[in-house]
Amino acid sequence: MPTAVRPFWPPLAAGIVLGLVLLLTFLLNGYGLGASGFFTRLTAWLGGELAGPVTQANSYLGPFLKGANPLASWISWEIVGVMLGALLAALTGGRFRLRLDGAPRLGGGGRIALALGGGVLTGFGARLARGCTSGIGLSGSAPLAVAGFLFLIGFFIVGIAVSFLTRRIWA
Amino acid sequence: MTLPLYDSGVASGLLSGMLFGYVLENAGFGSPRKLTAQFRFSDWSVFKVMFTAIVVAAIGLYVATAFGWMKAGSIFIPTTYFWATLTGGALVGAGMAIGGYCPGTSSVAVAAGRLDGLFFIVGMVLGTALFAGVFDRIEGFYSAAAGPVSQTLPELFGIPEWLVLVALVVLAVLGFVAGTMLERLYGGPLSAAQVETEGEIASVTEIEIVEITAG
Repeated sequence: MPTAVRPFWPPLAAGIVLGLVLLLTFLLNGYGLGASGFFTRLTAWLGGELAGPVTQANSYLGPFLKGANPLASWISWEIVGVMLGALLAALTGGRFRLRLDGAPRLGGGGRIALALGGGVLTGFGARLARGCTSGIGLSGSAPLAVAGFLFLIGFFIVGIAVSFLTRRIWA
Repeated sequence: MTLPLYDSGVASGLLSGMLFGYVLENAGFGSPRKLTAQFRFSDWSVFKVMFTAIVVAAIGLYVATAFGWMKAGSIFIPTTYFWATLTGGALVGAGMAIGGYCPGTSSVAVAAGRLDGLFFIVGMVLGTALFAGVFDRIEGFYSAAAGPVSQTLPELFGIPEWLVLVALVVLAVLGFVAGTMLERLYGGPLSAAQVETEGEIASVTEIEIVEITAG
């Protein structure tokens, strides 16, 4: 029973609701929203399972393996929630479809390569910045942290610059 | 009741996450084509949604503190490490321009059935492992040029918080106007119908076949 494709929310409406969700999250947990923290914990957990001694000895990921399971954390439940919420929105909006999305001018192999490559840069960059678009960009800028705005300046300037190279395949 | 609740439990995470994911997908942020269109100036949704959210939450936090519902300095405010923060943001921007997502939106994409989002996540895990692998060698850079702990814009510029909020509202309005003008110039933002019907691999192959037969 496929639902007809419903339009996206207007950006102003989506922005106001997102701002209220972010505010609610600050009042609930004192930290705001995030995302990359989960992938750091996922990496630590995978490292612990696949290469225990190396990961435990690692000065960055090692501390995550001390104490409880690194996945037992607020941010892991938040990402589970993100996927449930997005699934609900996609299903009710008629926008759920199994597909290999990506740069329209590329075939499957190219799309997978770009997704992997972009993911590597993002994974590395989010650790360097101590957070991602959600954790630093959004949740850092809302309490007016200099770090949040500095992150967003780097994000937009370099995103636009790199996009000059990739626009031929993405447009 | 004192706010924030500092509730780091399962229900708190699920609730915030579900609302977050529901809004992001409805905004169109599960689509890598819509997200990257921001960098091509043809779709200003990323800027509009993010900036509005920042302004709304910032005003909300200001009001909650002014009315005494929340104590000043009781929420987490990140500290600037100039080079690491800027370079990290730059790499996340490059990652989106190339791979189509950021960490949060790749999770939204996977939930809406996009397999490329899964590959982006595999890439992020590899990138995180790479960072951990070189961490000892880049630790100096990682902690270089640290700003004052949890420094905010009002502290940096030495002006009151309300003035920063007014400036952000003005910037948001200007950004909305300029963005909408540029959207018209570059063909307009991607609609849900466009995102769901165009850019399929099948249609690309058809175009290639047509080109080959025509050539």
